[in-house]
Amino acid sequence: MDFIRITKRSDLPRSKEIIITILAVAMSIVFAGIILAVFGLNPFEIFREIIMGSVGTEMRIKQTIVKAVPLIITSMGIIVAFKMKFWNIGAEGQITMGALGAAWVAINLHGTLPQPALLLLMMAAAAICGGIWAFIPAVFKAKLGTNETIFTLMLNYVAIKFVTYLQYGPWRDPGAKGFPRIETFSQDAVLPSLGGVHTGWIIAVLATVFVYFFMKSTKLGYEIAVVGESIETARYAGMNISKIIIAAMLISGGLCGITGMIQASAVEKTLVYGIANNYGFTAIITAWLSKLKAGYALLVCVAFAMLMQGGDYIQIAMGVSSTVSDIVQGLILFFILGSEFFLRYKVHLGRAVEKEVA
Amino acid sequence: MTEFLAACVVAGTPLAFATVGELITEKSGNMNLGVEGMMLMGAVMGFLAGLSTSSPVIAVCAAAAAGAGGALFYGILTVSLKANQVVCGLTLTIFGTGFAKFVGEPLMGSSAPSEITGFFGKIAIPLLGDIPVIGPVFFRQDMFVYLSYIICVLAAVYMYKTRIGLNLKALGENTAAADASGVNVTLYKYAHILIGGALCGLGGAYLSLVRMPIWQEDIVNGRGWIAVALVIFVGWNPIKGFFGAALFGGLSILGLRLQAMGFNVSQYLVDMIPYIATILIVIFSTYKKKKESQPPADLSNNYFREER
Repeated sequence: MDFIRITKRSDLPRSKEIIITILAVAMSIVFAGIILAVFGLNPFEIFREIIMGSVGTEMRIKQTIVKAVPLIITSMGIIVAFKMKFWNIGAEGQITMGALGAAWVAINLHGTLPQPALLLLMMAAAAICGGIWAFIPAVFKAKLGTNETIFTLMLNYVAIKFVTYLQYGPWRDPGAKGFPRIETFSQDAVLPSLGGVHTGWIIAVLATVFVYFFMKSTKLGYEIAVVGESIETARYAGMNISKIIIAAMLISGGLCGITGMIQASAVEKTLVYGIANNYGFTAIITAWLSKLKAGYALLVCVAFAMLMQGGDYIQIAMGVSSTVSDIVQGLILFFILGSEFFLRYKVHLGRAVEKEVA
Repeated sequence: MTEFLAACVVAGTPLAFATVGELITEKSGNMNLGVEGMMLMGAVMGFLAGLSTSSPVIAVCAAAAAGAGGALFYGILTVSLKANQVVCGLTLTIFGTGFAKFVGEPLMGSSAPSEITGFFGKIAIPLLGDIPVIGPVFFRQDMFVYLSYIICVLAAVYMYKTRIGLNLKALGENTAAADASGVNVTLYKYAHILIGGALCGLGGAYLSLVRMPIWQEDIVNGRGWIAVALVIFVGWNPIKGFFGAALFGGLSILGLRLQAMGFNVSQYLVDMIPYIATILIVIFSTYKKKKESQPPADLSNNYFREER
């Protein structure tokens, strides 16, 4: 008999789930504190400054929101794909291609359309380009069973290298005094502000509401969940699996593409090859941590944005590297991912009592 | 031309280490997407150890330990705690990147001590180094490159010719069956994940100690992801892995070479080739269903004995 036995939990009360998760976060913070202390930094001061730096003043709250917007929309896109167990790790490339589509519209059509029309067209172009970038692996997955993890991952780099090529080559702005950059968008191609933050936040809220209801109450959303649970069941129920995979990925890539449009239009005000800025990878983690639920994802993304903004702040205010927040992020993730085990399995210590057979 | 081929081998060396590392990990049924993170951890810890001890051996060991340390996180999460492999791998990359920046910040711009750069200078192997073409390409390199030859050959012998290697293969193909036949699943998975991580760490250290021995933050610069691609490109074969690494390494320097020769090509477009080639390989291998070059059947499935 083993000293430690593990069995699967049948179900877990909600309260216990919350306690385990909070415990995991607390442990990760303690662990991060120890690492900081080892490097001679005062962890209490750093954590306080991270919080103050992210929500301490109105300005910093706005900065935090600006960082949360791309995370939220991308997470929504990833949720749609992951619900189907389609491991779309190509959000980074889909964001980049979306930004490329938006930039093409912004550069070539500005001045010819009223601003709302131009912005909507940019958004449509972004959704289409991001969608195409997700459509390619989806078709191969649906028709041939090609592994989507590697496919989507590779497409990230194809997209980023292609935009780098444009930035250093044909799209380079000759007026930029030798800087390898693409021309800055004209004012009508820049998303306006509302409440002191660019309107991307409204799109983020809309995307959350959309994915919430899409997954909960539409036929396609239901079919996506069934395919994710069991392809066999879906096939037995007579669902057109290829069509579902392709449709879901168009939505997933389209949402990621819209993230690209927002970043290009409102944040960078041009196209740069680093436009996706790792949001595509971080969003995978936020989506996963929120258990692929749109509502939770909103909260998790805001928490992550606070960490990112707080990290930037301590770099300026305390001269401590902003990478501290990367380490804290990584540790929180490790602990929460680890804690999921205790949500799914039960650990018994001590020897099991052997039943005597009389 | 021989000079260019020799440069391909050098450019491919970090990829060769990381590719063989990831390949061994994947053979145990675990896909670790943390290669980039582990390479960075190896690069920075190798550099730090080299800087403070001036000992090439300690530097190399520190790099391997750092890579294995990163892999240990991943192993605990995926093997013992059965967390999702894709997410844990990505987390490891984020953590490793942060770790390397954090540790590396005070090292920025400092160069590796001359004891180390001297130790890893080019050494011609007697006789072998005199063979036309092959000699200058393969046998007038540095110690680290020679180490990569040894590792690739050892990995191939280990995987194809030893009992443990065959058990490893069985584990990746059908974990439940391997378990039933008495293979210690947990031990095998941990051992190969850690070895894989150590090799990724060595790949990173080649960059920071030999290739560009001045610390810079983005030293790994996406090579970890190329290694992940290479594993598929070479069909999980370590010998092909070595040549694949040299090929992809060559592609990474090809654009600049061509420009120097007066051709008007963009390095950025040439940079796309490895990724597109990998996509084509993935498509091609699923289409053809060639038996040897398929991924281990149980790749990325976590194993829980009572769920069989």
